[in-house]
Amino acid sequence: MSRIYDEEWLGQRLRVLRPAPQGWVRAAQELPAARRSLDEIVARAEADLEFRAALIADLENALTQAGFEPGPRALDELRKRLELRGGQA
Amino acid sequence: MSSLDAATDAELVRRCREGDAEAWNALVERFSRYVYAICVKGFRLRAEDAEDVFQDVFTRVYTHLDKLRDDAAVRPWIAQLTRRLCLDSIARGSREQPAPEQDFEETGDDFAEIEEAFAVREAVTTLGEACQEILDRFFAQDQSYRTISAELDLPAGTIASRIARCLRKLREELEGRSEPPGESRE
Repeated sequence: MSRIYDEEWLGQRLRVLRPAPQGWVRAAQELPAARRSLDEIVARAEADLEFRAALIADLENALTQAGFEPGPRALDELRKRLELRGGQA
Repeated sequence: MSSLDAATDAELVRRCREGDAEAWNALVERFSRYVYAICVKGFRLRAEDAEDVFQDVFTRVYTHLDKLRDDAAVRPWIAQLTRRLCLDSIARGSREQPAPEQDFEETGDDFAEIEEAFAVREAVTTLGEACQEILDRFFAQDQSYRTISAELDLPAGTIASRIARCLRKLREELEGRSEPPGESRE
């Protein structure tokens, strides 16, 4: 089936895919690095009981002290992963 | 312009799976508008819900990329994932705050338009950087002739004719294709 690609039709379609907010795109692009950090934190929490206890007591502060600065989404995921592996936190 | 802009979807997926950070950036760039359009145009999610779905989609794409059976089918997979997560978000929202009437109705027209738009955008990538830039600024970013003229350092009086010329080239490109936009080309 052929279609008439007039300017109006083309213009309407070109308007559909607007740029997503830059911050959203950047956060998605930084996912691999963020996940590597999370994996590192979880592995360290498994190997180091003192670090794990500090995370459970005050997650954000313990992470800052250890040089990590995860955003709110990463913190949520970290809470879930620590819960799954330890039953608390 | 990235060297990966011309890579096929399958090539991008393969390189992402190998841990290529540049390929992941390109994959997010390629599909970010598509995912965003499904959330806000297809399902009319509020910005905060759309952001949650958007991040969730790319997290799942990243973590489940090795489960994709056909690398070339990444777009339908992303579309399906986005739609499912949008529906979950709407269901969660109505459980938390039941509305007297459901204001979302999935008609299919918006989704068909998004698919056509994606195909048109793919066609735009064959036109060269100057056309891509000017069409995107005018149509997708709503920039005025004056802004485009200032940012691209072009005489203001030539913007309209450049847009018209690019639209003609785009029409020729689309007419030269065997299938209308929006139909599967996998």
